[in-house]
Amino acid sequence: MSTTTTSPKLNRIGLPLAAYKGGKTTLCAGCGHNAISERIIEAFFELGVDLQWVAKFSGIGCSSKSPAYFLGGTHAFNGVHGRMPAVATGALLANRRLIGLGVSGDGDTASIGIGQFVHLVRRNVPLIYIVENNGVYGLTKGQFSATADLGSMLRNGVVNDLPPIDICALSIELGATFVARSFSGDKKQLLALLKAALSHRGLAVLDVISPCVAFNDHEGSTKSYKYVKEHDEPLGDVHFIPSYEEISVDYEPGTTRDIRLHDGSHLLLSKLPEDYDPTDKMAALRTLEEARKKGEHLTGLIYINTNSKDFIELLNLTDEPLATLPVEKVRPPKEALDEINESFR
Amino acid sequence: MTPSDIQVEEAQSVPETKKVVNDFSIRVATVNGTGSQTSNLVLLRALFQMGIPVTGKNIFPSNIAGLPTWFIIRASKDGYLSHTRDNQVLVALNPETAEEDVHTMPAGSAIIYDEPLKLDRLRDDVVFYAVPFNKLVAPICRDPKLRKYVRNMIYVGVLAHLLAIDKDEIARALNKQLGRKKKALEMNWAAIEVGWQYAQQNLTKRDPFLLEPMDRNWDKILIDGNTAAALGCIFAGVTVVSWYPITPSSSLGETIIDYMKKYRIDKETGKATFAVVQAEDELAALGMVLGAGWAGARAMTATSGPGISLMAEFSGLGYYAEVPAVIFDVQRVGPSTGLPTRTMQGDLLSTAVLSHGDTKHIMLFPGSAWECYTMALEAFDLAEEFQTPVFVMSDLDLGMNYWISDPLPYPDRPPNRGKVLTEDDLRRLGRFERYRDVDGDGIPYRTIPGTPLPAYFCRGSGHNEQAEYTERPDAYVRNMDRLARKFETARQRVPAPEIIDSSGARVGIIGYGSSHYAILEARDQLRARANLETAYLRIRAYPFNEQVEAFVRRYAPVYVVDLNRDGQMRALLKLDLPAELASRLRSVRHYDGHPIDARHITDDILSQEASL
Repeated sequence: MSTTTTSPKLNRIGLPLAAYKGGKTTLCAGCGHNAISERIIEAFFELGVDLQWVAKFSGIGCSSKSPAYFLGGTHAFNGVHGRMPAVATGALLANRRLIGLGVSGDGDTASIGIGQFVHLVRRNVPLIYIVENNGVYGLTKGQFSATADLGSMLRNGVVNDLPPIDICALSIELGATFVARSFSGDKKQLLALLKAALSHRGLAVLDVISPCVAFNDHEGSTKSYKYVKEHDEPLGDVHFIPSYEEISVDYEPGTTRDIRLHDGSHLLLSKLPEDYDPTDKMAALRTLEEARKKGEHLTGLIYINTNSKDFIELLNLTDEPLATLPVEKVRPPKEALDEINESFR
Repeated sequence: MTPSDIQVEEAQSVPETKKVVNDFSIRVATVNGTGSQTSNLVLLRALFQMGIPVTGKNIFPSNIAGLPTWFIIRASKDGYLSHTRDNQVLVALNPETAEEDVHTMPAGSAIIYDEPLKLDRLRDDVVFYAVPFNKLVAPICRDPKLRKYVRNMIYVGVLAHLLAIDKDEIARALNKQLGRKKKALEMNWAAIEVGWQYAQQNLTKRDPFLLEPMDRNWDKILIDGNTAAALGCIFAGVTVVSWYPITPSSSLGETIIDYMKKYRIDKETGKATFAVVQAEDELAALGMVLGAGWAGARAMTATSGPGISLMAEFSGLGYYAEVPAVIFDVQRVGPSTGLPTRTMQGDLLSTAVLSHGDTKHIMLFPGSAWECYTMALEAFDLAEEFQTPVFVMSDLDLGMNYWISDPLPYPDRPPNRGKVLTEDDLRRLGRFERYRDVDGDGIPYRTIPGTPLPAYFCRGSGHNEQAEYTERPDAYVRNMDRLARKFETARQRVPAPEIIDSSGARVGIIGYGSSHYAILEARDQLRARANLETAYLRIRAYPFNEQVEAFVRRYAPVYVVDLNRDGQMRALLKLDLPAELASRLRSVRHYDGHPIDARHITDDILSQEASL
């Protein structure tokens, strides 16, 4: 028992940070994924998210183990390799009130699971979808993944000669409504983006470069800490202002955009490159391509569309969770069956 | 009377003694994509409405238009509802197959054919009726594009006249098929009239086949198994459906959508109490079902063999992580793409243990359209009670063909949602451990997200009673043994076999699924032809209960009827029964893609009995 007299800081629903923590990580010391877990804990704690409504999803791989290391008191479903989107889709249809948080990796998303990822994006399922992207398969000891950059080198000297799948560009092309890239080492940016994702209605894709200290952190890798720090090209600064706080910051006009999110929160993007419009699909794709040509990792909020319907609205689902509808709502009356039987006579 | 006994009559009216009434079958040979299914269903329905026991088998190709297709309509005054290969009336409209079609008919048959095909030159021991279809259709259908469809309705009129089908019942049946489409209704009725009048004015009745009204169907319905299954799912209260189109299961998904729109939109809010998703593939379909089942919804998918193969990995997850799911497998002919529009009971062995590692799945075997409905209700209860995927093993014959059935019964009990932990449970048990067997039946308690009750981490990796990740050998073994115990509990909870014992019987027959009606008829044939009395056990679920073993102990040999090459049910029985009983099991197998008929079973059993 604590002997100190200072009580821990509580969030707006009266919970301490500890309530948002998970089990002890089994990932390598220094793994980018651990930093992402910490940011998730902070984002959910700071916004005072009620954990009863949180559902964590993951596939297979180092990234997909991580949901055990944050938000420990919440429900989680660790499925099969590359198929987390389907599991999450089903669960969120079953209970539309759930706050879905998916964690995947680059192998899980861009190789074995790319089919499911593509259709998840098309459906705009209301889910935060984090790709912990290190360009390499960790649990199987260091093979390239489909997000490895052209010319990037493995520890054993093998050079990648296939072009990478850019998860952000792919998502924008497919009609994603919230597309961001970040770096596990950029605490401030990642935290703001996570909070914004929590306020977005629809799928929020967060492609987070998260270096693998065991297999992809050496000279010649384009996803090492050193390379990413040197080539991180933030697309301005990201500030999140929750719905329950007032906007009290002044920003230089012309380079700042104020995006109102679904729940009334605001995303302020400052110091943007001149005329960058994150609601312009073509501009977003062009900017990504230009950064790629320069060997840079473009980070920040790349694209957003706050006007699209999410999958729940598209299916016109009733307000109550389908999972717990009473029998009289889901079993038509006997007269209905009588009528149906009569139609077959 | 068999067809070979029939003398060809020249007289217009058939003498009473030569009449064959309500005991023959019609084979319609057409080209697919020409609307002949509508014509055939009008005939089928008219016979049903006349109160005659009738079955329809659609033997169709995997093609949109242009390949041969056959439809067999069997009228049976004795009430046999199985397929028959012995047809006595042929409608030959497909130039490609016409000659072969004519040669397959027995002597004494009646053959209606398209005049330009000149089929009457082929045989002189059958009765031919030439009908100039093109000449007849031209005046009633100006649009050449529609002609090929309307043309096929003419044979309905010709048959109605020749076989004495009640014209009012034809009109009612047509209305049932096309009721909403007024213009189509008028044009098709004109074609039926043209056929009728042509037959009346030009064809002299020279065959003995006639249909007369009976009173057998007044309390019955006519329904295909997929529609019945869809309704079962809806009345079970399914809320999440995810499916990928695949023959022959597609109509199950589509029918769910149709009825959901009508009966499951909340009247007050206009909102849906269901979600139906056409998934990107069968992997995603089952993935969504498991996600929904984990979150507490009643969720299902429908597929066929290739989809089952794709669902293997997720099926293992469902078994091991203990997530309810209902999977309809409307089986078709494999392996691989196989014969996608033909019927088979081909997925038993692979589904029983679908996935890697030690897995065992509950399977239900509907034996009628009625059971496609009732077993859908049972499947959802079992899936939630046992927190596991439940496979309902239908097939193309059950699913896509039309069957006379008792009306579908309204569920007599509320859904069994299984051991979903309540606050009272938590107080009683003192704590929540997701995978602990607190009741001794192998079934643990679960919680669902979005409630204040304790959460757990659901995973396909090794876990202990507290759902924590572990690689400990003892924890793994405990968990696997509990899963085996749960499966043992299921033996007593799944639908029990249906048994017809017979005091004078030495021989037993075991069947399941769509062979049911053929077996019933074969038992009568065996008795009539060889004075062979048989007992019959129809398996309705896997795992088998102890009645199956007792049956095999009571009779020897026991013939296991399988619609597959390898005798898959027999193999499954051999795995399950004590070794000393294995030698009692013999196999009757049928695997040409067509529905099984009684004569196949009878001939096979008599030939095996003769060699004993």
